[in-house]
Amino acid sequence: MERWQRIQDQQGNVTPDDLPLALTREGPHGPVVHALNRAARLAGVTQGARVVDMRALCPGLQVDYADPAGDQAALGRMALWARRWCPWTVADGGGDTAGLVLDTTGSDHLWGGEAAMLAGIEAELSTLGYTARLALAPTWGAAWALARFGPVRAIWRGAADLAVLPVAGLRLGAETLLLLQRLGLKTVGDLAAVPRLGLARRFARAALADNPLLRLDQMTGHLAEPLAPPDAPPVFRATVRLAEPILDPTHHLPALCADLGARLAAGNQGARKLWLTVYRTDGEVSRISAATAAASRDAAHLAFLFRDRLQAIKPGFGFDLITLEAPVVEPLALTQTRLGGGQDSTLALSQLVDRLTTRFGAAALSRPGLRASHVPERAERQAPPVGPAPPLLPPLPDHGERPLRLLAPPEEIRVLYAVPEGPPAQFVWRRQTHRTTRYQGPERIAPEWWQDRPGTRLRDYFKVEDEAGCRYWLYREGLHDDGRGGDPRWFVHGMFA
Amino acid sequence: MTRIVAFPKTGRPDAPQAAGRVGLPAAASLTEVFAGAAGDAAAAGFVLAQLGRAGGPVLWIQDQLSRRETGQPYLPGLRAQGLGAGRLLLLTLTRPADVLVAAEEGLGCAALAGVVAEIWGDPSALCFTATKRLALRAEAQGVPCWLIRHGATADLSAARDRWRIRSLPAARHPDDPRAPGDPCWGLELFRSRDKVPGRWQARHDRAADRIDLAATVPDGTLAADTGPAGQCHAG
Repeated sequence: MERWQRIQDQQGNVTPDDLPLALTREGPHGPVVHALNRAARLAGVTQGARVVDMRALCPGLQVDYADPAGDQAALGRMALWARRWCPWTVADGGGDTAGLVLDTTGSDHLWGGEAAMLAGIEAELSTLGYTARLALAPTWGAAWALARFGPVRAIWRGAADLAVLPVAGLRLGAETLLLLQRLGLKTVGDLAAVPRLGLARRFARAALADNPLLRLDQMTGHLAEPLAPPDAPPVFRATVRLAEPILDPTHHLPALCADLGARLAAGNQGARKLWLTVYRTDGEVSRISAATAAASRDAAHLAFLFRDRLQAIKPGFGFDLITLEAPVVEPLALTQTRLGGGQDSTLALSQLVDRLTTRFGAAALSRPGLRASHVPERAERQAPPVGPAPPLLPPLPDHGERPLRLLAPPEEIRVLYAVPEGPPAQFVWRRQTHRTTRYQGPERIAPEWWQDRPGTRLRDYFKVEDEAGCRYWLYREGLHDDGRGGDPRWFVHGMFA
Repeated sequence: MTRIVAFPKTGRPDAPQAAGRVGLPAAASLTEVFAGAAGDAAAAGFVLAQLGRAGGPVLWIQDQLSRRETGQPYLPGLRAQGLGAGRLLLLTLTRPADVLVAAEEGLGCAALAGVVAEIWGDPSALCFTATKRLALRAEAQGVPCWLIRHGATADLSAARDRWRIRSLPAARHPDDPRAPGDPCWGLELFRSRDKVPGRWQARHDRAADRIDLAATVPDGTLAADTGPAGQCHAG
């Protein structure tokens, strides 16, 4: 909810605090409330209820879609951000029970003690716009329970703190909680008082998430539950610091590319995107970027991508720090070169594509592919310039003869014909008169009703040869009495060899 | 009178040695093709017939004027010529100078089966030096380069072979007498480094993928040699 409000604030849509707001997700019977703000909670809206019911309760409820995947990604980033307090942090759970777990063993004295550290964490999070419920305990389970059901900024003093917490603090599933409720076990202390043998027999076959005994052991520390913090994604960056500000980075580019290539090789990665950034002495930052068609760490190739584009960088009064960074990488394993010598053809082709797109722009280069369509201009589609062609799901229709060249868009011609449905006897194209000597056709191509606008006319294609020997692909759009406009129009659409 | 002249691929002993082999040059080099009017796709068809069956992708570069005036290569039509899906890299550029730069880049890549550059008119960038660079690059890397020129005059050029290609009325259609059949082209090799220039009437036999040639001028020395219809395989 607070992340959503931050995004709204960044977009300039400041929402008043007294406006009831809810984020929704899809439930089995329509959207349900995923998160809500304080005004909505005071108005009686509850989490997990259907939106239509809550609208009846609170007619002024504002609703937007939740983004659980974005929340999860933000939580992962925040786990890395939280490494400022201790080296072992991990994002815990997802959805309603999401949280961060920090193993602060041995690092709390650096922040002035446990209580001061908790206050500091809460203050830092509040500057980010998040509220947090914090707790400090020797085990993951105890901290989880205290954070959700304990007092504000709870710090574990002894097992007696835990005994008063409800059994919901044991991280159990809903069915197990209901069962414990029916057994009359309301608090953790009640559960701990039950003889261990009976509990073990009752929940012998339950998995960890539904086993109150194992969860209790985790909370008290009898069962170890270590953190497994994920590594931060490595940053591939090469840097040159200069003693004096310079204006032209050309001479440093090969060394930077070689350095970055070595770093990428050490990580078995290849760059797909590159940023060359210069930090100017007046504090400004200027950057040019390049992209590759296939993952690459070849220093000469990477240097080529910037070769003619260094003028685009604005040096100002000079810069003294240059970085070359690969923000997007892909795994690229070492491959054996051919024993017989010679170049790998796909590699050479992808490098050619990079050179052409760097110089002339990505829009200039295309690799046409085929598409299952009878309409000529739709039978071609653009594929990425490198890589295998995507498979065609429906088989290609068996077209008639198709021209070598296609005019896009088709050019209108003036036509003389003997019979309205027949081929033209003579046509004027680009102010020149062509007399038809032979023709083939018509080939009728109907509009694709599932994507064409209503009222699109059918086309009758003719292959005609004029007296000079040139072979054209003409079509008549529509029929005389099809009721979709006036007289049919004629177009030249292509040329045969 | 029209005579049939034979240019077999493997070199028949009685074939005219001087005429050499028409078609794909023995060594990859720069070949210049002067096309006819804007609606005449014979030059593109001739180039495609040479390139189509050779494996590997083809880089096809057009300047904006050629694209607007003569259309762009159309893959469903090229497929019948053997240039299947995924083998065509199409590059459209505004300036003719860029076309030459891109062609030079493409000739540096040995993975290509060929580079085709289309240029409209006589731009100043396309000088003797530019064609010489293309020819040397093509020969060094072994990638054939075809320069299709629309609406151009045959000025100074370093191309090893220079052709002028026009459409001719097509051959008879086997099934339909009113329809055009296999395409026919008028070929004129007006300058060549290792072949004897000449004029031919070519018929592109699409089913067999070969180009049948017939000389358009009578040739007395060949009158006695009335062998079977000669042919030159396109790919």
